[in-house]
Amino acid sequence: MLIARVIGDVVATQKAASHVGRKILVVQPLNLDGSDRGEAVLALDAVDAGAGDRVLLSTEGYSAMTAVGRPNSPIDSAVVGIIDAVELNDPPR
Amino acid sequence: MILGRVIGTVVSSAKDPSLNGITLLVVQPIGRDGRATGRAVVALDSVGAGVGETVYWCRGREASFPFLPVEVPTEATIVGIVDEVNIADPVSAAKEQG
Repeated sequence: MLIARVIGDVVATQKAASHVGRKILVVQPLNLDGSDRGEAVLALDAVDAGAGDRVLLSTEGYSAMTAVGRPNSPIDSAVVGIIDAVELNDPPR
Repeated sequence: MILGRVIGTVVSSAKDPSLNGITLLVVQPIGRDGRATGRAVVALDSVGAGVGETVYWCRGREASFPFLPVEVPTEATIVGIVDEVNIADPVSAAKEQG
């Protein structure tokens, strides 16, 4: 799983049936120092996250499908938690 | 899933029989601002997407699930046509968070 920031959402009328009724979030994966880690991706929302939230991003199909509650559906990433705090022993400077 | 833009099609006559009747599209991954990121891939279409459209596509084993019960050999499938991408203004989003 990755730490990520929700930066927006996507509206899609024509989509996989298993995605109907779930928010499609635009999430930017983050490094431990809070900087961007690669490109933003889309993830289905399993925890009612919103723009600005720092979240736990699952980037593997089985865990993502399980979190969203839609087995055997084309979901390869999901937001599975909203992060309150991250504590590091040796914080990056 | 990843945002992308459909930039072309692929025609293949001799292919795995389970791919018959499924459109092969060339998809350019794009970032949150619409600019191209990384290299184009070939993806199956499961939603009736066409050239020029903004879509989102799914990677890996999950990419074959739209075609169940047929098990299609694919690792990339377009699973939605994007109407709108809403990127929140970071300042107002931070305010909302308190």
